[in-house]
Amino acid sequence: MDEFVIRALLAGGGIALLAGPLGSFVVWRRMAYFGDTLSHSALLGVTLGFLLGVNPMVGVMVVCVSLALALVALQRRRHLAADTLLGILSHGSLSLGLVALAFLETLRVDLMAYLFGDILSVTDGDLMAIYGGGAVALTGLALLWRRLLAVTVDEDLARVEGMPVDALRLAFMLLIALVIAIAMKIVGILLITSLLIIPAASARRFARTPEGMAALASVLGILAVVAGLLASLNWDLPGGPSVVVAAAALFLLGSLVPLRR
Amino acid sequence: MSTPHPSRDPSALFSGPLAWTEDLTVRFGSRAVLDRVNVAVQPGEVVTLIGPNGAGKTTLVRAVLGLVAPDGGRVLRRPNLRIGYMPQRLSVDQTLPLTVRRFLALWRPVTADRVAAALEEAGVTRLADSAVQTISGGEMQRVLLARALLGEPDLLVLDEPDQAVDVHGQAELFNRIAQVRQRRGCGVLLVSHDLHTVMARTDRVVCLNAHVCCSGRPEDVSRHPEYHALFGGHARDLAVYVHHHDHAHAEDGKVVHDHDGDCCHG
Repeated sequence: MDEFVIRALLAGGGIALLAGPLGSFVVWRRMAYFGDTLSHSALLGVTLGFLLGVNPMVGVMVVCVSLALALVALQRRRHLAADTLLGILSHGSLSLGLVALAFLETLRVDLMAYLFGDILSVTDGDLMAIYGGGAVALTGLALLWRRLLAVTVDEDLARVEGMPVDALRLAFMLLIALVIAIAMKIVGILLITSLLIIPAASARRFARTPEGMAALASVLGILAVVAGLLASLNWDLPGGPSVVVAAAALFLLGSLVPLRR
Repeated sequence: MSTPHPSRDPSALFSGPLAWTEDLTVRFGSRAVLDRVNVAVQPGEVVTLIGPNGAGKTTLVRAVLGLVAPDGGRVLRRPNLRIGYMPQRLSVDQTLPLTVRRFLALWRPVTADRVAAALEEAGVTRLADSAVQTISGGEMQRVLLARALLGEPDLLVLDEPDQAVDVHGQAELFNRIAQVRQRRGCGVLLVSHDLHTVMARTDRVVCLNAHVCCSGRPEDVSRHPEYHALFGGHARDLAVYVHHHDHAHAEDGKVVHDHDGDCCHG
């Protein structure tokens, strides 16, 4: 196998491993659209990174976290529903990113690679970012696991038990931002949420425990990455979208499997 | 994070109430939902809050729990007071696979033995491996009781457990809570729509309509005309009902004169 294929598999597999447990939380907390909004803002972060001469991943983290905080502040005012606010921020920040990118005339950026991913051009540096950032994110999630589950089940109960509910929610947003920053290269900012929610949604029917669902989501995500990449190489298809199509196909297959209850 | 305390006794050093309010006022917008409310729960005492819809019962409970910030007055608790809260209802999203056993273990680090003992005490051992989404409202109430017991509460707080529970299940739940109180000596603060159900198991009733209308032993309160106004199906008449105590209600339910909040006692 060519080296670039191995790197692509390692990168995609690492992201899928991380996306399993985190995506499960996105599904449990009904935050799919929130994840979408954060990832759409990532392009603005990339541009910011170029402008300031820092790593685009850092720019993405900064913009995602700022957006998450802005959203929390806006939701306090309650004049508009959450999905309306998300729609405004999602498309506003994506368009702002595209406009800002167009201003950087001297810079030649492969826009398609950011929007839909460029998994076959993964570098060793990307791999290090994925596995380093992934290890940090998984460790953080493991440490907060029980309390995040408690907050997901009922915020009031968690508060009465003395849990720092707001801090836990913020920590969860930080984890999502981190995943977006490192997964951008693989499936692109328009498709990141699918990698979070499709494997987790596929795993739901077969799981009896939260951990079981998270683990199965990771396995299904890795399967989708392998299948999508092989299809992409065989038939010369775009990598990121092929992975997402494979994940969606697995979801359909899974929902056809009869369950005995 | 509420780690279990090594000794149950720091609160035993104090002889006063477990939790109490001092002129607690909470406003939603310009409306005072709670108006200078003074309520206290003593150790081992069952206090029941009654009152019409919108009287502020839930708000008072939420303020005692620290979920609502006072706009005036104070909520006080004994140092290190452990509160076991049983919410009105709890529904867990279908997307989250969660058994009853696992649900109970989410709130603090607990051993499997302690979870089993709490399930036993609440009478729901057979539900341990059921998915939380599949159990009935009454069963969920008892699971919530088991959850509260795992925190070794000094004070048990229940909000209107009657809504999802049939009359029989409700009476049984209150029996269990009475047993828990006997065995553990904890105080109980509960919100109820129906005094009959809790009557025999309540030490003190507080009748609330934004302010404390009256409070006392259940037999006193049940003989009180206001109790009949509330529970004879005429709860709406409360605002214009003339109390034979030291205040009256304006048209919007506001109290016109000050009073000490204990007006039908003795």
